Amino acid sequence: MNTQQVIFLVLSAISLASAMGVILSKNPVTSVLCLILTFFTIAGHYVMLNAQFLAVVHIIVYAGAIMVLFLFVIMLMNLNADVEPQKRNWLKYAGAISGGTLLVILVAALRDASMPSLQSGSSDIGLIANLGKTLFHQYVVPFEISSVLFLSAMVGAVVIGKKE
Amino acid sequence: MNIDWFFIIEKIALISGVLALSLGVAMYSTWGERKVAAIIQDRRGPNRAGFMGLLQPLADGGKLFFKEEIIPTLSHRFLFILGPSLAMLVACMTSAVIPWGDTLTIGGRQVSLQVADINIGILYIFGVVSLGVYGIMLGGWASNNKYSLLASIRAASQIISYELAMGLSLIALLMLTGSLSLKDIVEQQRHSYWNVVYQPLGFIIFLICAFAECNRTPFDLPEAENELNGGYHLEYSSMKLGFYLFAEYINMFISSALMASMYFGGYSFPFMDSLGLDANLITILGFVALFIKIICFLFLFMWVRWTIPRFRYDQLMRLGWNIMIPIAIVNMLLTGAWILYKQG
Repeated sequence: MNTQQVIFLVLSAISLASAMGVILSKNPVTSVLCLILTFFTIAGHYVMLNAQFLAVVHIIVYAGAIMVLFLFVIMLMNLNADVEPQKRNWLKYAGAISGGTLLVILVAALRDASMPSLQSGSSDIGLIANLGKTLFHQYVVPFEISSVLFLSAMVGAVVIGKKE
Repeated sequence: MNIDWFFIIEKIALISGVLALSLGVAMYSTWGERKVAAIIQDRRGPNRAGFMGLLQPLADGGKLFFKEEIIPTLSHRFLFILGPSLAMLVACMTSAVIPWGDTLTIGGRQVSLQVADINIGILYIFGVVSLGVYGIMLGGWASNNKYSLLASIRAASQIISYELAMGLSLIALLMLTGSLSLKDIVEQQRHSYWNVVYQPLGFIIFLICAFAECNRTPFDLPEAENELNGGYHLEYSSMKLGFYLFAEYINMFISSALMASMYFGGYSFPFMDSLGLDANLITILGFVALFIKIICFLFLFMWVRWTIPRFRYDQLMRLGWNIMIPIAIVNMLLTGAWILYKQG
């Protein structure tokens, strides 16, 4: 095994364990922390693929922004075992059945899927210079439209804040 | 496997050096803060431990280590300890991408005084800064105290709000430099004017946001002791409290280093290429120049703290959303128009 394989295995083990932690933990705040750890390990995988930009944006957007809001809501709701309403039995059955169906569909879909090995082209494809060139040449219109969307969301927040 | 062992040793030495430097500067910032406060308020400040009170930080640190450690019974024990650890960890992570100097030549080897010159340097800093809020939020929540929770919610919304304007002011800078690597940005300023000449408005926005991100007065709402009994670290004692306070000073040091690197030329200083000195000597002088710039910024942080009173919370939010973000967007548009005009 070379160094890359060792790092890959360690990262994968941590990401699987922390992803399990998200659903197994009783405390919602611990769940959120496990999810953040999962995001970090996924970012680590991106770095292994030499996609540094994707990795850091992944951390900024998911770990830095979205999960902070999650944590915010969970802390304010102050969820814990005492105030949590008792789950009804039929709800548990419905959850188990729908989850099981999803699993069946996923397995059925992936069973026959062919997975061609990656064409190892240039390994610098994920670097920010190449990504920027692709975005601004090939995909400039969708990129600009989505950026206007983000700007309008930000302006909307300012407008809501201005309203007394 | 062929690993360049010298490379690893070099990096380990550099990382330890940078860490020790950050901790040392943070330690003496506490002394500096008290001295500056004393001068501004016409007092003497710490003057008992050592010459001019220079041993005071050591005494304070020792005291914090030996104080009784209290963990509230109804707190979430793991998260209570994780909070200050995260605050400290995140504060120390940013220094990795800051170029502390040019390259040194030791025994034929080029040793760069930067831990990692990655091509996403500024985004890395932005990512780490956006993680800084977790230490405060977790600590405040895990204390199981409503004042701590209030303070941590204040801190989180403040940091999220000012991150936006900070990012927008950085975008304007990036449009000018065309590189996300801090090393490139410093090298560009070495052969031209400092970026603050081209981006005065962007620099002011960044400075104000840096104050807010470090929870420094006039934006120290999370620690407003007359409203919140002391803020998010209310329940903390011993070195865990020390870590929170220390992380704030490290953040100050790092943001000063960032501002010096991005807007004030970093390790470059005037006439550095026309002095005709040895390259190693120039590198060391450059490091000294960077340090002088950093100390000026640290002094600014302290000067403002003892001059401007604290904002009210609604004023803080209004400043962030209704003033800083629109100004930052206008600054971005002006920069874009200027670049277009220059190219045109």
